[in-house]
Amino acid sequence: MNPAIVVLRAIVAREFLRFIHQRERFIAALVRPLVWLLVFAAGFRAALGLSITPPYQTYITYEVYIVPGLCAMILLFNGMQSSLSLVYDREMGSMRLLLTSPFPRWWLLLSRLLASTTISILQVYTFLLIAGLFGITMEPWGYVLVFPSLVLGGVMLGALGLLLSSFIKQLENFAGVMNFVIFPMFFLSSALYPLWKMAESSTLLRDICAVNPFTHVVEMIRFSLYSDMNLAAFGWSFGWTVLLLGAAVWGYDPARGMARHR
Amino acid sequence: MARRFKSLAALLTSVAVATAPQLAMSDEIWVTNEKDDTISVIDIETMEVVRTIDVGERPRGITFSKDYSVLYVCASDSDTVQVIDPETGRVLHELPSGEDPEQFVLAPDDRHLYIANEDDAITTVVDTQTRTVVAQIDVGIEPEGMAISPDGKIAITTSETTNMAHWIDTETQELFANTLVDSRPRHAEFIKDGTELWVSSEIGGTITIFDVATQAEKGKIDFEVTGVHPDRVQPVGFEMTAGDTHALVALGPSNHVAVVNAETYKVEDYILVGRRVWHMDFNADRTLAFTTNGVSGDVTVIDVAKRKALRSIKVGRFPWGAAFRPTGS
Repeated sequence: MNPAIVVLRAIVAREFLRFIHQRERFIAALVRPLVWLLVFAAGFRAALGLSITPPYQTYITYEVYIVPGLCAMILLFNGMQSSLSLVYDREMGSMRLLLTSPFPRWWLLLSRLLASTTISILQVYTFLLIAGLFGITMEPWGYVLVFPSLVLGGVMLGALGLLLSSFIKQLENFAGVMNFVIFPMFFLSSALYPLWKMAESSTLLRDICAVNPFTHVVEMIRFSLYSDMNLAAFGWSFGWTVLLLGAAVWGYDPARGMARHR
Repeated sequence: MARRFKSLAALLTSVAVATAPQLAMSDEIWVTNEKDDTISVIDIETMEVVRTIDVGERPRGITFSKDYSVLYVCASDSDTVQVIDPETGRVLHELPSGEDPEQFVLAPDDRHLYIANEDDAITTVVDTQTRTVVAQIDVGIEPEGMAISPDGKIAITTSETTNMAHWIDTETQELFANTLVDSRPRHAEFIKDGTELWVSSEIGGTITIFDVATQAEKGKIDFEVTGVHPDRVQPVGFEMTAGDTHALVALGPSNHVAVVNAETYKVEDYILVGRRVWHMDFNADRTLAFTTNGVSGDVTVIDVAKRKALRSIKVGRFPWGAAFRPTGS
């Protein structure tokens, strides 16, 4: 087998092992979007009248609207969780072990990203399954066609986490990431409310939401869940992935990046 | 992506259909737009509006003759029933209808129209061939819903303010019974070969079921939509699915259509549609329902078997009634 694949497989297996040993992490990762879906969305069901915007072709309930946003939320929180564990790895020394591998650093980091994305996607499908059991279903083909979007979205948000982890010196600083990255990204996006609804209160907020990379991930997922393709969202997500991945690799380069100072 | 494959498949199918001899053109749904004084014609195949036809003021009730050669439209504010050629969309002539005709029903003889005159508390019977008023029958205040039994012997007018269903003997053109229903009855239908009469009450929020032979009440259907205030659950128009097994009931400002089991009288499902859903009609085999949504100005297409809204099609302002028209050879 190609040694590069061996590396990838080993890293994915390690991440997977860690994941199944932390059952509470799996449950916690599912509880968060399910609370949003079954409690928050239920409360807003009648309050938010949604007009028809693509990819929807008829009226939908709020629960149906927020499902793609919650899938992206799983990717976002997992990406950040993964960055947290990288900081932990660095403190515990296992990161050093990983980085001493003869393989190029970018490949090691990408493998690590693919590993965390795999876990995220597992969680997303479990979430979609539970949502389906509650009667919130997508188009049958959508469950298949959403896969590439989940991979791209997962790698993009994971790369963001990777980049952030190169800045964070200690585990304790993670609270800052929650406040200054995760929450603004999530709330200033089309995950919870459509952009036209946002524009009713502030066009500035709408514009911020429109450029937020997380919005592009949400819309990419939303369209694919309905067997449709939003080329703009896909293009932006791809661009952001390349940019963030490049920055993260640079950040982890001992000669040039942030790691140099530690 | 799959949609693109689907559209490619649809394109290939349409090419095959176009080249095959004597195959039907797409059927249509005709929708009256109360505030635009127009009719929107929806192509059932493409689910798009293909024609818009100017008609009289405030068109509401709409029905075709049995052979679909002419269309009758209640132009309420023009105080007339217009007879329209569906091919050209031109008004052929107008029928005397009494004031403010809102709903009507065409008798099984394909000749007599029973028209509810909301402002005059009468039901007018018009002969569409001689274009004359045959009879005017005093009924309750603000008559609205109209129905006629399949054998043509009984006509029903419901009156909004009197809260009654008035039973008319079509031979004598006189009332032979009046039965109380819940507040503001809107729509009536004979079902199960004319053995049952269903009457929807908008404010009462119910459908009352009568045994036609005895005119006795035999059941009542209540509605309850999760997350919607009971005052907004207002049953208006309803239609029966194939074989009269289920009724689809438009629940007005609750923005939902209820699926009612016609045997148990229990509501089995609620389907989200556009705002203030009013009336509906089906395609030829009753697999698709088309609901008129007044406030949102669109028509929602429902897959009857899956009980799922497929899409909503923009029409004119305040769509009111809908009627199916086959266009095949």
